[in-house]
Amino acid sequence: MTAIFDTILQGVLLGGLYALFAAGLALIFGVMRLVNLAHGDLIVLAAYLILLIANALHLGIILSFLIALPLMFAAGYVLQAGLLNRVIGNDILVPLLTTFGLSIILQNAMLTGFSADSRRLTTDGIETASLPLFNGMAIGIMPLLTFAAAVGVIVALNQLFYRTALGRAFRAVSDDPVTARLMGIDDKQLFAIAMGVALTVCTIAALFLGLRANFDPTIGPGRLIFAFEAVIIGGLGSLWGTLAGGVILGVAQTIGASINPEWQLLAGHLAFLVVLAVAPRGLFPRAVD
Amino acid sequence: MAMTNAAAPRFAIRTRTPVSTIAAVCCVVLVVVLAALPFFAGRSVMQNMFFILTMLSLAQFWNLLAGYSGLISVGQQAFVGLGAYLLFAWTILGGVDPVLAIVLSGAIAALVALPTSFLVFRLKGAYFAVGTWVVAEVFRLILAQVKILGGGTGTALPKEATNDAAFVQWIVQMTGERAAVARDKADYWLALILAIGAIGLVYGLLRSRRGLALAAIRDNEAASGSVGVDATRMKRLVYVVSAFGAGMTGALIYLAKARISPDAAFSLIDWTAFVFFIVIIGGIATIEGPIVGVLIFWLIQNELSSFGSVYLMLLGALAIIVMLFFPKGVWGTLAERFDLHLFPIRRSLEFASAAGDPKSSPAVEEEISHD
Repeated sequence: MTAIFDTILQGVLLGGLYALFAAGLALIFGVMRLVNLAHGDLIVLAAYLILLIANALHLGIILSFLIALPLMFAAGYVLQAGLLNRVIGNDILVPLLTTFGLSIILQNAMLTGFSADSRRLTTDGIETASLPLFNGMAIGIMPLLTFAAAVGVIVALNQLFYRTALGRAFRAVSDDPVTARLMGIDDKQLFAIAMGVALTVCTIAALFLGLRANFDPTIGPGRLIFAFEAVIIGGLGSLWGTLAGGVILGVAQTIGASINPEWQLLAGHLAFLVVLAVAPRGLFPRAVD
Repeated sequence: MAMTNAAAPRFAIRTRTPVSTIAAVCCVVLVVVLAALPFFAGRSVMQNMFFILTMLSLAQFWNLLAGYSGLISVGQQAFVGLGAYLLFAWTILGGVDPVLAIVLSGAIAALVALPTSFLVFRLKGAYFAVGTWVVAEVFRLILAQVKILGGGTGTALPKEATNDAAFVQWIVQMTGERAAVARDKADYWLALILAIGAIGLVYGLLRSRRGLALAAIRDNEAASGSVGVDATRMKRLVYVVSAFGAGMTGALIYLAKARISPDAAFSLIDWTAFVFFIVIIGGIATIEGPIVGVLIFWLIQNELSSFGSVYLMLLGALAIIVMLFFPKGVWGTLAERFDLHLFPIRRSLEFASAAGDPKSSPAVEEEISHD
């Protein structure tokens, strides 16, 4: 009984990480209907950036992370304004293949720059610290912090979307870009800001990814798939749904892994396909696309 | 089609053009030359041509999906890998002749694609793309669990399926060559048949009524529904046909490789990214595009693949640049500039004059095509 409870608890907390992966993807899709196939690679890039800053300036991981945040925001802004704004439109092929090309470029650039060795972000001991629970069970501080960060990011994004003028503009562009433009909204600039925010969220995801596990330049596509599955399971248009989607995915994976370690990924994908079969619009849908 | 003058039809619909007639003749000559190639070309030519022809087949089927039907899949490696593994299963476990096993593998890949389509078709547009990718991952992870086919590390084909296969032995007897050389020739001929079959199948589909339905769906799905086109059914047909093609191609590629592993057979880069590149560079939604694209891709690969990561970065960058500035690709841009259509699918309407001779009147071209 304790073992089952422990497995589910670990899965729920793992879901927090997947929700962090997914939040940026959902944000971009919500604002500009773009599915960014390079999303996972951008998360890995952010992890390397944190590492690079820490090594270059001899700083701690947390301080490096704080420096990486505005840098990744700027990278997102430039990426959107310089490239992606040219390709988004009614046709889905061009943006999809552009971000796919970008994914391949990023992966191979990281392979060239950082080699294929797997790396890790390390602080002094927080990764291995844990809180004791009942029955000899313990809960890792790091997974707990990850989950808290996911909740924090979702609260912050919801505040941004529903409480600020910027968020109102995001929603206006998302609902009806033509009318929004008529009202004087510069949608291209807005998209650039949205991508900046998404990459900021990616950096937060990267911090927890790097602190919890090893990463290497090739793991980006896998993270994109987890993010995508969390978004679809949760239902489009709802950030809390995305958290629920991440949790379902995480629990499915840890249950699968507890039966046979090789089944972890497969169990997650199967949970996704089951949700797709029984509730094609996701469990908590809000948008109608 | 209520005609007031029942005596003579007042118009004719043509797809053939003078250029396409010349192209058809050239095609026949080219096919004859290619079929005779093993009699005077060396082994490295055979192997290069095998690569070109199999990639061309994959590109034609992906083009049918993405270019003509708007179903952008990032997961065709699902059916390449499945077809490849099925070939290994048929030959290792069933002792089936490899040539027959290729067809059977394609058929079963198509059979698997049918229920799969019901799942992935629930996702639209870009989400469909990622959904197909998840399906490919699921297939990879499941086949990595099949211990009898080597599990995660993979397995190799037995001699009975390679050098000792009936088709190869037949060539050995005909030409008196070593089995390894004969095998390259056998693989080449199979790849040639497959590539011609792929072009023929895609072209035939587009020239048929179904091709018109596909064009209608792509131009406006809602409007096509209003004139009786069942869009979902058409797309499902295309998805299944593409899976059949990808499955057979995968089976043939791995018959030639004779060694399989889940990571290689379900490789996103090899079976989807390269195929994207071929179709985008050549020209999407044209039959000629993938042919031009695969030749460009082969040239680039020959020159640069030794650079590894840098080569892949270059391919990605080139694809993005072409998409931004020449979205129709090399062939599409040329075709537009010079009005060239070697495999025309555009129907032109020619009105008859009072004399009833369609040729004596100026042709009115109606765009009901994919351009």
